[in-house]
Amino acid sequence: MNGMVIIGAGESGTRAAFALREAGYCGAVTLVGAEPHLPYERPPLSKIVDDTVQMKLICAKEALEAAGITYLKGCSVSKLDPVAATVSLSHGQLLGYEKLLLTTGARPRRLACAGAERALDFRTHADAEAIFSKVAPGRRVAIIGAGLIGMELASVLRAKDVAVDVIEAAPKPLGRAVPARFADKLHARHATEGVRFHFDRSVAEIGNDSVVLSDGTILSADLVVSAIGVQPEMTLAEASGLATGNGILTDACLRTSAPNIFAAGDCAAVAQAGGGHIRFESWRNARMQAETAARNMVGAAETFAAIPWFWSDQYDLGLQVAGQPLPGHQSVRRSAAEGELEFYLDDGQLVAAAGLGIGNGLAKHIKLAEMLIAACISPEPAALADPGVNLKTLLKSARAA
Amino acid sequence: MTWVSAGRLDDIEQEGAIRFDHGGRTYAIYRGPDDSVYCTAGLCTHEAIHLADGLVLDFEVECPKHSGAFDYRTGEALRLPACENLKTYPAEVVDGEVRVALG
Repeated sequence: MNGMVIIGAGESGTRAAFALREAGYCGAVTLVGAEPHLPYERPPLSKIVDDTVQMKLICAKEALEAAGITYLKGCSVSKLDPVAATVSLSHGQLLGYEKLLLTTGARPRRLACAGAERALDFRTHADAEAIFSKVAPGRRVAIIGAGLIGMELASVLRAKDVAVDVIEAAPKPLGRAVPARFADKLHARHATEGVRFHFDRSVAEIGNDSVVLSDGTILSADLVVSAIGVQPEMTLAEASGLATGNGILTDACLRTSAPNIFAAGDCAAVAQAGGGHIRFESWRNARMQAETAARNMVGAAETFAAIPWFWSDQYDLGLQVAGQPLPGHQSVRRSAAEGELEFYLDDGQLVAAAGLGIGNGLAKHIKLAEMLIAACISPEPAALADPGVNLKTLLKSARAA
Repeated sequence: MTWVSAGRLDDIEQEGAIRFDHGGRTYAIYRGPDDSVYCTAGLCTHEAIHLADGLVLDFEVECPKHSGAFDYRTGEALRLPACENLKTYPAEVVDGEVRVALG
């Protein structure tokens, strides 16, 4: 029976399956997932409770059944034929589809040095169990990569009194997505917590109990974790002839180069109004693209235009970023009781905001900033900088205008 | 029903919320745009995040982590991923003092 088929049962694929029902689709919905579990959330993987890696399900088995979603777990797709509109499953089944959604996510980049196979990834529940089953107070862990995942893992391990070395090829951490001001603050906090950083160096070799850096430094390590980023999983898309670049290329409606195939989440590179394609790796992007794709699969023609937003928790600090801060933007700082905010203006228009503070204390400010960004306003920088000016008031003024 | 003092109304921003811990439990107390007060369980039903850190607009509170939303007057879950309603508790203001019934 043909129907909607979703390849990938992570946050995006699972959300899309339910969103198809919410959009009124009554036909067959099949969700294909390679992992042997029910769909689970990834953010809790680093939040160890009673020394156990959490398995927080995105939905219960009963919810899938109630929605009439057929979930094929532990199942991969060996071939996608866009002309015949079929997928060949590892279970041996040939599945026809009316519309297909690729939510294949991303996979960790692999190190290329000698001994690379000794480094563990940190992406799946199995990865998290492998790492946390091997750490204990006093042990040494070398983390390769000072991006968000590496830094978050470092903070979790320091809280467990594990010695942590972070090795980064760039001259400083968090250089990709985090505004420099907050990257510096997080770096300083990690240093205070005892994380040892090794910048401007790569890894020459990983031994059984050590890491050799490119400058000859030898670090002892009971465990090595590779956190050098991810790459979009588009093997299937490429093999089937879909257009790809840094991800599976889609138009603004998340439709790939094949008319009945859509893509969403970490694997999707979405066409931008100003040209080019952008791919995001965040929890909310995965969910929101899934919802847009699902509605478009059942006949809508919505363009995906959500403002990027992500958070990162390190120690007791919470970082939130809305929009895409760029070095060329005018930045405006504001202090808050819970921490510090920075707004970013492009030719006077508010385009991004970031905040770093204790816990989730700045979340409400970033959410308001996101709504102000969506309203396309050009606020007075002095008003943004003044903690006495309530962002909610600015929002209401913008909406009333 | 036991009424407990939860501080002064003036300590809560209009269209805002505060966290209130009592008896080993945590709650969120809201001041609506019309100065009415409400009390709900303090943690999001999707993941245990303090709702008092979330944005309050009109009579809705949004979880600061996953953007689930609730009507804090009724506790009704309004937006995924929150799908389980919040428990609510009676709240009132007496001479500028916020009191909640947690029994």
